[in-house]
Amino acid sequence: MKVEINGAAHDLADGATVADALAAIAAPAKGVAVAVDGQVVRRADWPSTRLAAGAAVEVLTAVQGG
Amino acid sequence: MHGNLADETLVVAGRKIGSRLITGTGGAANLEVLERALVASGTTLTTVAMRRIDARTGTGVLDLLRRLGIEVLPNTAGCRTAAEAVLTARLAREALETDLVKLEVVADERTLLPDPIELLDAAEQLVDDGFTVLPYTNDDPVLARKLEQVGCAAVMPLGSPIGTGLGIRNPHNIEMIVADAGVPVVLDAGIGTASEAAQAMELGCDAVLLATAVTRAADPERMAHAMRLAVEAGYAARHAGRIPRRYWAQASSPETDREPPETG
Repeated sequence: MKVEINGAAHDLADGATVADALAAIAAPAKGVAVAVDGQVVRRADWPSTRLAAGAAVEVLTAVQGG
Repeated sequence: MHGNLADETLVVAGRKIGSRLITGTGGAANLEVLERALVASGTTLTTVAMRRIDARTGTGVLDLLRRLGIEVLPNTAGCRTAAEAVLTARLAREALETDLVKLEVVADERTLLPDPIELLDAAEQLVDDGFTVLPYTNDDPVLARKLEQVGCAAVMPLGSPIGTGLGIRNPHNIEMIVADAGVPVVLDAGIGTASEAAQAMELGCDAVLLATAVTRAADPERMAHAMRLAVEAGYAARHAGRIPRRYWAQASSPETDREPPETG
């Protein structure tokens, strides 16, 4: 199924989770946070939260700023 | 050195902040320059922004702050609405495991001035959600009071617009905010050089937050050191009790028993 991760199209297996999406972009384990369709998904829920086809996944981290 | 430093530590929402100079990390040419500037500034709390992860940058700035033992203050830079700012703050809390947030909700790119209506709305939501909210606000005493009333842990009025280096355009407003506030006041944005950081402290601010003035200076490390001295000097001067302003001169040397000067 197709999902969008940080604005780019990705093909993930049906039933893929937030954790699978993070693996697909090789995101580091620490210092990141995830929102799916505008809702924060807590770290503890990453392995169990399944994505729907077409889901918009945002993976953020801290950068220089402010 | 006068005074017991332990008694003079800045406390925000029960949390001790070791330095009254809070820095930002934006604008530094690279992490090496940033590291030298942060060390020279003596800061213990510094801001970061939240952005989409990028394989090239990774989590470099976080690793640096952790190594230097500097606490991280995530901001909501780039947010235009309360909803965006609330989501960004929640993501920052999740990523960085801190309930501190520098709340920024700006109205437009040209001025980067806070949107007061969205700001107050976001502040209220985040306080209700358990955040320690440090709002970047206009130099408006009424808005500052309302931010305090909804539970913000500090108020952070601008001296002038972000990145302008125009200093403190309305010192009287800053003084009024200080006079009214029951929470710490942090002068945030607009500082260009050391005298302006000292002025903020002399006006009674509890701390100064700056980034551009250091990171875009020709010599960031040296400017960071200057800012550290300025904040300390301004704080000391504020609490030393300055002399009243007078219209006419007042001699500082004794005026009696003076020998007339020899002539010829």
